[in-house]
Amino acid sequence: MIPVGSPLDGKCPSGPIETRWERCKAELKLVNPANKRKYKVIVVGTGLAGASAAATLAELGYQVEAFCFQDSPRRAHSIAAQGGINAAKNYQNDGDSVWRLFYDTVKGGDFRARESNVHRLAECSRNIIDQCVAQGVPFAREYGGLLDNRSFGGAQVSRTFYARGQTGQQLLIGAYQALARMIGLGKVKMHPRTEMLDVVVVNGVARGIVVRDLISGKVSTHAADAVVLATGGYGPVFFLSTNAKGCNVTATWRAHKKGAYFANPCYTQIHPTCIPVSGDHQSKLTLMSESLRNDGRIWVPKTKGDTRSPDQIPEDERDYYLERRYPSYGNLAPRDIASRSAKYACDEGRGVGPGGLGVYLDFAEAIQRLGEATIRERYGNLFDMYERITGENPYAVPMRIYPAVHYTMGGLWVDYHLMSNLPGLFVLGEANFSDHGANRLGASALMQGLADGYFVIPYTIGHFFASTKQEKVSTDHPEFKKAEAEVTARIHRLLAINGKRTVDSFHKELGKLMWDKVGMARDRAGLQETLRRIPAIREEFWKNVFVPGSGAALNQALEKAGRVADFLEFAELLAADALHREESCGGHFRTEYQTEDGEAVRNDRDFCYVGAWEWSGDGKPAVLHKEALNYEFVHLATRSYK
Amino acid sequence: MSGHDHGHGHAPSHSASHAPMRVNLHIWRQSGPCDSGRMVAYPNVACSPDMSFLEMLDVLNERLQERGEEPIAFDSDCREGICGMCSLTVNGTPHGPRKGTTVCQLHMRSFNDGEEIFIEPWRAAAFPVQKDLVVDRGAFDRIIQAGGFVSVRTGGCPDGNAIPVPKEEADQAMDAAACIGCGACVAACPNAAAMLFVGAKISHLRHLPQGQAERKRRAQAMVDQMDQEGFGNCSNYLECEAVCPKEISVKVIAEMNRDYLSASLTREERKADAGGAG
Repeated sequence: MIPVGSPLDGKCPSGPIETRWERCKAELKLVNPANKRKYKVIVVGTGLAGASAAATLAELGYQVEAFCFQDSPRRAHSIAAQGGINAAKNYQNDGDSVWRLFYDTVKGGDFRARESNVHRLAECSRNIIDQCVAQGVPFAREYGGLLDNRSFGGAQVSRTFYARGQTGQQLLIGAYQALARMIGLGKVKMHPRTEMLDVVVVNGVARGIVVRDLISGKVSTHAADAVVLATGGYGPVFFLSTNAKGCNVTATWRAHKKGAYFANPCYTQIHPTCIPVSGDHQSKLTLMSESLRNDGRIWVPKTKGDTRSPDQIPEDERDYYLERRYPSYGNLAPRDIASRSAKYACDEGRGVGPGGLGVYLDFAEAIQRLGEATIRERYGNLFDMYERITGENPYAVPMRIYPAVHYTMGGLWVDYHLMSNLPGLFVLGEANFSDHGANRLGASALMQGLADGYFVIPYTIGHFFASTKQEKVSTDHPEFKKAEAEVTARIHRLLAINGKRTVDSFHKELGKLMWDKVGMARDRAGLQETLRRIPAIREEFWKNVFVPGSGAALNQALEKAGRVADFLEFAELLAADALHREESCGGHFRTEYQTEDGEAVRNDRDFCYVGAWEWSGDGKPAVLHKEALNYEFVHLATRSYK
Repeated sequence: MSGHDHGHGHAPSHSASHAPMRVNLHIWRQSGPCDSGRMVAYPNVACSPDMSFLEMLDVLNERLQERGEEPIAFDSDCREGICGMCSLTVNGTPHGPRKGTTVCQLHMRSFNDGEEIFIEPWRAAAFPVQKDLVVDRGAFDRIIQAGGFVSVRTGGCPDGNAIPVPKEEADQAMDAAACIGCGACVAACPNAAAMLFVGAKISHLRHLPQGQAERKRRAQAMVDQMDQEGFGNCSNYLECEAVCPKEISVKVIAEMNRDYLSASLTREERKADAGGAG
């Protein structure tokens, strides 16, 4: 039996959805401009959410210290987002509105997101574009000089703004430059190549962090009046994902173990258009932007085991399965549906390429219709990237694609103010759980990261300071000393094991188990097996891992070991959450809960809630806290993209 | 998009098989900033032509650790050519032999079976080696902090379509903004100049109306910081453009010089004590 704790309240405003955020802002308490400099905020992570938050909080006058594990804040993985950012500008005059973006996002999230948060996100989307243009983000433009848009999965309007195939890079550089300006002015103290290894809690409030300087190895503590985590998702729990090598769950998992609830960890997004695996050496997977589905047609041969080269397969022997099954959305069906459909085609033996784990994404018709120059203009860098990795020319032969883990909708639980249940701990961007429900629509991650950092936290953190009386603490406080000693002891323990297996070998073993049993399709037996096997892997890790070198210098094996140790704990919670959620919704697909033709069956009667888990100690089952989800404006319905 | 016609002339032969291959590696090992460092040979390293260059190093590192040795430290993160973290000099060329390609996107099919491969860190006084193949590129961040931005605060910005930007200008801004800040331009330059990097940022912002207000002070502040960091000067070797994984054109250096020169003529406008252009 799962221990169930007290229900959670997201503290969302009530009343008309259109005015909730306005009314919330009107009611928030303010901090006098002269007093802002008395408050210090720690921001961990410098992707879109962290960089935008750090820059904006510093502009307001707060003291800010920012931390990232990369060598520069410009390198966070937001940079790899290719396709675009949604905004309800209706520049195309195609009937878009805040309401429609809100509606699409709630529906796309398969009715597992909070309506209030999503509406706020849709409202902020318009400010984001204005902000980024003012910063000098070079968005794509039409010949008349106005901003261009493209369409994206899960929407029937064109609301996606883009900068060639490098939208994430350009938005991140915009936020990075805003942050750099504040660093140059001395308003932000930046700590690159510094990894957060624990949160420090004093009298029930998050008051600081423990970090390790990755160059010198020195462990130190930092105190503040609030801690903001913007540390991204946990995709690499599957080892192979489209995430950067450094992406990890350590910051959020450490916060979880200090009391922050982890919500919906089973909601993981598998992106349909990635380059297939080429061998055991594979270190990561590369995503090809979903925008390719605007012009590319997805197909597999109609017959099993058809090994003819694609140009030898006549039109009537091809199955354009998305166009066939989802005629109104076709190749632009949402990510979860597109991914699962590819898996089914391959499971049926109709997959293409080495190992049969691939489907075609074919541009032949688009090239014929629009010309190669237009396709090159739209997707040139993506085609180049594909060619570099596979050695095949996608202008001449169809791309081969296969789904891969890409984004994690779950994360630390936060209320409407983006504060976790642990007071003083705010969580932004992919690291929180709040806005995408069980499935995120394309071009919405950039929107959420920037909305949280530029337009939400600057208001809500002030309210926290103004309404909470706190004593100043310094790093001399015993809780800081204790947390630092624990972190140091753990590092020594990892270095002292001196076993026979490498860190990566454990990470790969865990990742394979998670992908096979907790990936695109899950079932009870597989999840129970996973829950039995993870503790055994973890036990062996702590007995037999080999971490060479010293803790007092740059030691990449040690960095990885700490992250893998945390994945080995977190994976168990992910699987337990997937086992408890007896329904299929969005990125969580349980094979027991599907219709005869393979569509997901949601169970709104029993599972229309956020599942937020409380850590209750080693070897003890996590306690489930439920936050009921109420759909007052978008009525619960079965998603249909047919 | 001129100068960005990504032809396929550099593609390796597609008839190349997936057969395993072996390479003889010579890798720079340096235990820390104070160590003088040396090349160490790793002969007969097995790999597959479908591996990326960094995956080949991952596999070597696994073998080293299985023998109880310390792995080779090198930087990488996104491994899809956009974060700018990877930074290896391969056979004397930053990012290796393939044009317009970061070393994380370079694949072993670009090498021959039995080839000798020399792997070194970026070499520049302003990028000190931290360990093995890892260098400190903090100087680049400090140059951006000096003026590589538009000074707008969050909120209160005009509508995104308030100022039309001609597509040609927006495209030129994007060509320059594609810079990933990897530092290959510095590593390739005989003078260890950072002008392609600095020029790219200046060019990005000077082609947009939003960048006009601070155009002169930006050039002045960034170039001053670049000089302070110990980067060299440009003497038109054009090695930077040749190795740039984003194929940024040296025309950005001309644009930087133009803005810097015109700023110098009105230098008295600058406050002597300005720590940045903000």
